[in-house]
Amino acid sequence: MENKLPTIEITERYCKGCHICVEFCPKQVLEMKGFVVSVKNLEACIKCMQCELRCPDFAIKVIP
Amino acid sequence: MAFDYEKYIRPGKLPHIWCPGCGHGIVMKGMIRAMDTLGLEKNNTAIVSGIGCASRLPGYIDCCTLHTAHGRAAAFATGVKMAKPEMTVILVGGDGDGTAIGGNHFIHACRRNIDMTYIIMNNYIYGMTGGQFSPTTPHMHKASTTPYGNPDPSFDIAKLAIGAGATFVARGTAFHANQIDKLIVEAIQHKGFSVVEILDDCPTTYGRRNKFKSVIEMMNRLKEVAVPVKAAEKMSPEQLQGKVLTGVLYKEDKPEYCSEYQKVIERAGGGAR
Ligand SMILES: Cc1ncc(C[n+]2csc(CCOP(=O)(O)OP(=O)(O)O)c2C)c(N)n1
Ligand code: SF4
Ligand code: SF4
Ligand code: SF4
Ligand SMILES: [Mg+2]
Repeated sequence: MENKLPTIEITERYCKGCHICVEFCPKQVLEMKGFVVSVKNLEACIKCMQCELRCPDFAIKVIP
Repeated sequence: MAFDYEKYIRPGKLPHIWCPGCGHGIVMKGMIRAMDTLGLEKNNTAIVSGIGCASRLPGYIDCCTLHTAHGRAAAFATGVKMAKPEMTVILVGGDGDGTAIGGNHFIHACRRNIDMTYIIMNNYIYGMTGGQFSPTTPHMHKASTTPYGNPDPSFDIAKLAIGAGATFVARGTAFHANQIDKLIVEAIQHKGFSVVEILDDCPTTYGRRNKFKSVIEMMNRLKEVAVPVKAAEKMSPEQLQGKVLTGVLYKEDKPEYCSEYQKVIERAGGGAR
């Protein structure tokens, strides 16, 4: 497996601040910054895609 | 490359209207992934709904869509499928739309075994109109119209569908997002009436009345109650108390309605299609 860091793309205009991606990320990569999500620790990301799959609002994309 | 959801979304339609944390968006994404997996053509795919928050879904999808009257998705969709049997027809809607006002249409679509897929988003409540109880609101849970608890027992949608004659019945949850598209793919591939129930959350009208402090608590509940059918085979009745089975619950091959109808046309002297 290659070790390249993923890109996590957040569309702030779509994010409704529901916390789903933050809470269910197995590696605490994400955090809430005010109303919207932001990336706190990209290095820890294991590209499991769970945040992207569960975001109800098409606001977070993981490009592995 | 990340998956491009927006290829199936009508331009300018996002953000959608659903509340923060509403699972309907998770289901819509699962449906889009399923459409992509099957390579469904936009011009040959119809998405039909009734009325409700869940029923707003077709408005976002860039293919042939019909947003009809409350509870009537199955009736309109049956018309579409009979006129154009080559089309892939997908019905979407909520528990209220499908099992209360639309309950009759639902059971007869199951009985006919017409080749369509029905995705039913069960959030246990009438979300859109402010949280009245629905036929799936659990016993003694609260709704705006049952402030002291709902005395009614609730429907098990999957059992209802099987009993009424649906030939493919599956259940997933909004938490298990990864599984949603796979269930929908199988449902669409099945020739006959397929029902995919997705247990969903409505934090706004159901969650806050029923002691869920957050969307996360609601998601955790879906996580805890779901047991895959395979795993359930090895569990005792005690272990299965309060759990809900997920995965493909029922599958059967039976004559499909459009094909049967075609036979009637031919018997009556009409032409083959
Ligand atoms: C004939 C008719 N009766 C009642 C209504 C009001 N109404 C709109 S949506 C709805 C319930 C929707 O609940 P559900 O199908 O569970 O969808 P949800 O909003 O929970 O996603 C009702 C009763 C209506 N639009 N038309
Ligand atoms: S891909 Fe997985 S590990 Fe990475 S941020 Fe998303 S949920 Fe966390
Ligand atoms: S799941 Fe989506 S909408 Fe919710 S906080 Fe994360 S990015 Fe925002
Ligand atoms: S009211 Fe409930 S079902 Fe409707 S959008 Fe809000 S959370 Fe979803
Ligand atoms: Mg509902």
